[in-house]
Amino acid sequence: MTDAVTTDTRADTRKAGRILYVASIVLLCAWVIIPIYFLLINTLSSPETINSFPRSFFPEFDLGSLTFFAGFAGMLSALKNSILVAGMTMVMSILIGAPAGYALSRFEFRGKGLFRMLILLTRAFPLPLLALPLAVMFIRTGLDDTAFGLALVHTTLAVPFAVLITFSLFSGIPIELEEAAWTLGCNRITAFTMVVLPLILPGITASAIFAFVISWNEVFAAAVLTIENRTLTAFLLQNLDTSPLHLKFAGGFILVVPALIFIFAVRKYLFAMWGIANR
Amino acid sequence: MAEIQIKNVAKTFGAYQALHDINLTIADQEFMVLLGASGCGKSTLLRIIAGLETATSGEVWIGGRRIDHLSPKDRGIAMVFQNYAVFPHMTVFENIGFGLRMQKLPKPEITRRVERVATLMHIEQLLKRYSGELSGGQRQRVAVARALAMEPDVILMDEPLSNLDALLRMEMRAELKGVLAESKTTAIYVTHDQVEAMSMADRISVMHQGNIVQSAAPIEVYRNPSAEFVASFIGNPPMNFLPASASSDGKWTVAGEEFDGPKSQRSPLNFAVRPEDLRLGDTGLKATAKVVEPLGAHLLVTCEIEGALFRAVLDSDLNIRPGQILKLSPQPDRVRWFDPETTLAVA
Repeated sequence: MTDAVTTDTRADTRKAGRILYVASIVLLCAWVIIPIYFLLINTLSSPETINSFPRSFFPEFDLGSLTFFAGFAGMLSALKNSILVAGMTMVMSILIGAPAGYALSRFEFRGKGLFRMLILLTRAFPLPLLALPLAVMFIRTGLDDTAFGLALVHTTLAVPFAVLITFSLFSGIPIELEEAAWTLGCNRITAFTMVVLPLILPGITASAIFAFVISWNEVFAAAVLTIENRTLTAFLLQNLDTSPLHLKFAGGFILVVPALIFIFAVRKYLFAMWGIANR
Repeated sequence: MAEIQIKNVAKTFGAYQALHDINLTIADQEFMVLLGASGCGKSTLLRIIAGLETATSGEVWIGGRRIDHLSPKDRGIAMVFQNYAVFPHMTVFENIGFGLRMQKLPKPEITRRVERVATLMHIEQLLKRYSGELSGGQRQRVAVARALAMEPDVILMDEPLSNLDALLRMEMRAELKGVLAESKTTAIYVTHDQVEAMSMADRISVMHQGNIVQSAAPIEVYRNPSAEFVASFIGNPPMNFLPASASSDGKWTVAGEEFDGPKSQRSPLNFAVRPEDLRLGDTGLKATAKVVEPLGAHLLVTCEIEGALFRAVLDSDLNIRPGQILKLSPQPDRVRWFDPETTLAVA
């Protein structure tokens, strides 16, 4: 390749630019993919291989690490907690976020701009700042160390995204479709369920999955607010210095994979949220 | 019977007055066109009748029933939107039958009605398609069919043809007129296109800045505009205006020429004549030709009379060059007079 460039006396700058472009892409992809790849091969190797040297670049498809992971005391219940909390977060953030998104997209009201800003501002407070007062409050109300309590915190983290994603989804549905439904015998609710909902259902699903991933990946609140009912992230964090290497790899892999798959599945709706054309 | 009465309807958006005290009666089965430039309030008026907008004050009656407090579905109306508003997740059949399904009509009745209007609108072969698989013209047909299937007392149309290309628009215009006449519904049609208004309407209501300026049969609006706005808005090219001063009772001087005009009027007035009501002759208004545009059927000559723009539509066989001095004589019975202060017509 370098030969081709140097022998070309006309110094094809366009070609050079192209090579640079491709190289940058390869570098960026490698930056993201290589750690995940190492995670993958180490997860799919036996505990002995992981602790030996040199490392193999190819997985040996040994389920030893995963089996050990599954058998580790408390791991499965942590996984169950993670799914439970993420599921509740998903449902609550849509139930709260979607109506807010609809209101933002369809109605003009006083303080609409302020409302939108406040939604974003909820993300401006660092969680550690809120953790202590939250913990105290949760202990007083009996919400501490429960999946529901943690789901509440995760919902506050996920709601801004749910609002913004559904806002852009609803804005993409022409108001005339609803108006046509009203003139054809619908009231506001039936027009919504028969016309708007079927059209935004894929987007709502995407927004829900995004909320799920936010909760799934969250570690700080989970570590502070739970003791017995730890989620997977908090559980792994807790055992970080005591657990063997293969357990860390397997745990990391179990954490990364669902998030990766989900984000990949809903990427088009996340782009819509950032204002890139939703086609 | 679905006579529509609009009584003292006004609408304000914040400080902006979109409609000023509108009064209008539309007879049963009449085809009424609301015509005006964008922002004149015509769509707002239509949406108030449909129930998609609430009037700030006033009443709307349809068929002797006051309906302005009812929701759109209870008003006996159907509406066709500018961007068609065909539901993308339903087939053409489901779209047309949507309103009937909401009324919980029996299935065979829905099928019968959908097929009837689909045949009427020539879309019977498209019934299984989705809106994404249709062209703009086909979508518009679906939207009209969906409205007709409701068998409404009143059908409301908000610029239904303005998203179509010119040729299709002309075709749909004639077709829509025929279909609506046959359906025996009262129709209100909003447009900014004067050709559509002239060709389709039983009656045109010309709107300007939230008021109805004139409400009359198309030819009446064209021949006897009630105000300068109507005269300049309708007709392409628009009516010509020249200042006139009274010389003696009933005699008016326009650009050095004397014309018969309104008697016992105070000076000054505006003299108005349509470009096609001018004849080239040896006497008449002295005009300098500026631009000559041969349009095939006729010749559009833009002239200047004492510094004012003046257009004439003349026979296309004439050989006129820019700079030439023309004598243009208006047909006496086609000359109109307007009061420049009130802008209203003076008899």
